[in-house]
Amino acid sequence: MKQEKTPEQRQYEQKVNEMMPKSRTGFQCIKAFISGGIICCIGQLISDVGSLMFTFTEKSRGAFTSIVLIFLGMLLTGIGVYDKIGKFSGAGSIVPITGFANSIVAPAMEYKREGYILGVGANMFKLAGPVLVYGIASSVLVGLIYCIIYALGGKA
Amino acid sequence: MNSNRVGKQSVIFHTAPRILTSAAIAGDMEGEGPIGTYFDMILEDDTWGEDSWEKAERKMYIETVKIACDKAKCDYRKLDCLLGGDLLNQIISANFAARDLGTPYLGLYGACSTMSESLLCCAMLTDGGYLTQSACIAGSHFSTAERQFRFPLELGSQNTATAQRTVTGTGCAIVVSGDNEQKSSEQNSRIYNTVHIVGGTIGKVVDMGITDSNNMGAAMAPAAVSTFTGLLADFNKTADDFDLIVTGDLGRLGGTLFCDMCAELGVDVRNKYLDCGNIVFAESQKVDCGGSGCGCSAVTLCGYLLKRMEEGDFKNAVFMATGALLSPTSTFQGESIPGIAHAIILERR
Repeated sequence: MKQEKTPEQRQYEQKVNEMMPKSRTGFQCIKAFISGGIICCIGQLISDVGSLMFTFTEKSRGAFTSIVLIFLGMLLTGIGVYDKIGKFSGAGSIVPITGFANSIVAPAMEYKREGYILGVGANMFKLAGPVLVYGIASSVLVGLIYCIIYALGGKA
Repeated sequence: MNSNRVGKQSVIFHTAPRILTSAAIAGDMEGEGPIGTYFDMILEDDTWGEDSWEKAERKMYIETVKIACDKAKCDYRKLDCLLGGDLLNQIISANFAARDLGTPYLGLYGACSTMSESLLCCAMLTDGGYLTQSACIAGSHFSTAERQFRFPLELGSQNTATAQRTVTGTGCAIVVSGDNEQKSSEQNSRIYNTVHIVGGTIGKVVDMGITDSNNMGAAMAPAAVSTFTGLLADFNKTADDFDLIVTGDLGRLGGTLFCDMCAELGVDVRNKYLDCGNIVFAESQKVDCGGSGCGCSAVTLCGYLLKRMEEGDFKNAVFMATGALLSPTSTFQGESIPGIAHAIILERR
């Protein structure tokens, strides 16, 4: 329900867009690509080192890597380093699972002052909530489609 | 009657209320900025020993009033009124500070324009004889504003290039009636002898349809232009009649837009224009488009500009703090960001 813009408002918007300092998208994409890649390499390292130390199946190796990465993401958020990494790498540190850990720990830390129930409990998923809701909803949807195709006799 | 009104939206103060003294407390990053040496106190720790940022902000309010009263050699309990506000929901910092100080209190909310709003209201009440000695205060805190308006601090997100950083700081000015005899003869005194508020313009809310809450400068610039041109028309003056024109927190983009739009209307302000958001942080401090928040104009005025004025660096100035009247709710519902600016005219007498 957005209001229609008047001609003056549109003219002003155009003027602002012309004078606006531009975010350097290309440069930031490269930074995000490299730093996201580094995080993934660290993940691969954890996975490889893990399978040398323990006996893993393919599935449990993935779970082990995720757990360690989430722990690292949380730890770095807690000691106040992750936001600095995020300033530099943008999407590069948001997309990997460490970014998800960051988006849960950051509000949890911030709302601790409002108490554990109504503060931390109520606000912990403030940022991650939408990801969970739509992530789970779309996985259910994909599962249903898969199920229907399978029932119709297609081979999966 | 009505002799104090000028034109459509302005007021003139025949008794010219005087600013007796001022004080400012700022955060560490502001302390490292270009005008850092002018502040009365610089916080080393952004919680100031309290257990939340909100409490730290409140403490800043209380201490700023106390420092200002101390400079004016008056007891804060004897203030006629405290006028001020902040950025938080239900202006809690100002309300709780007023509770602790125990002075009569009028809470104001003008977003980042609160400093000029409180000075304007206070000057009107003082000129009308309702107040004789009162304190005007405004302030903000980076961490409390960030969590209310944006994201948690520890979240690793990037700012857009037009974002501005909320200033941590509070500024307080003690306003007395124009015939107040308290003067100081000492050199480097902490009391101002010459700074008077001679008039002001009440701003209109102007909305040019900006919806990006990371681009406040552009949202507020049209309001500053509206107030400034209204002031010039009401007082029948030109920009040449003033030595200095100050806006609150338009930042680098908003400041350029302001000059540009004034120029389109035939008002040249370029060589006497100053924006608090541009001088409170240096460009090297990586704050994108500059400072913002009510603390921005408050610490710059109370810490820096009034001292420069008392020293005689400029004779008269227009001080226009600008405010973006948004809330997280209105932004999420897709509303545009209305802006407002109130102006006061300061003069050496």
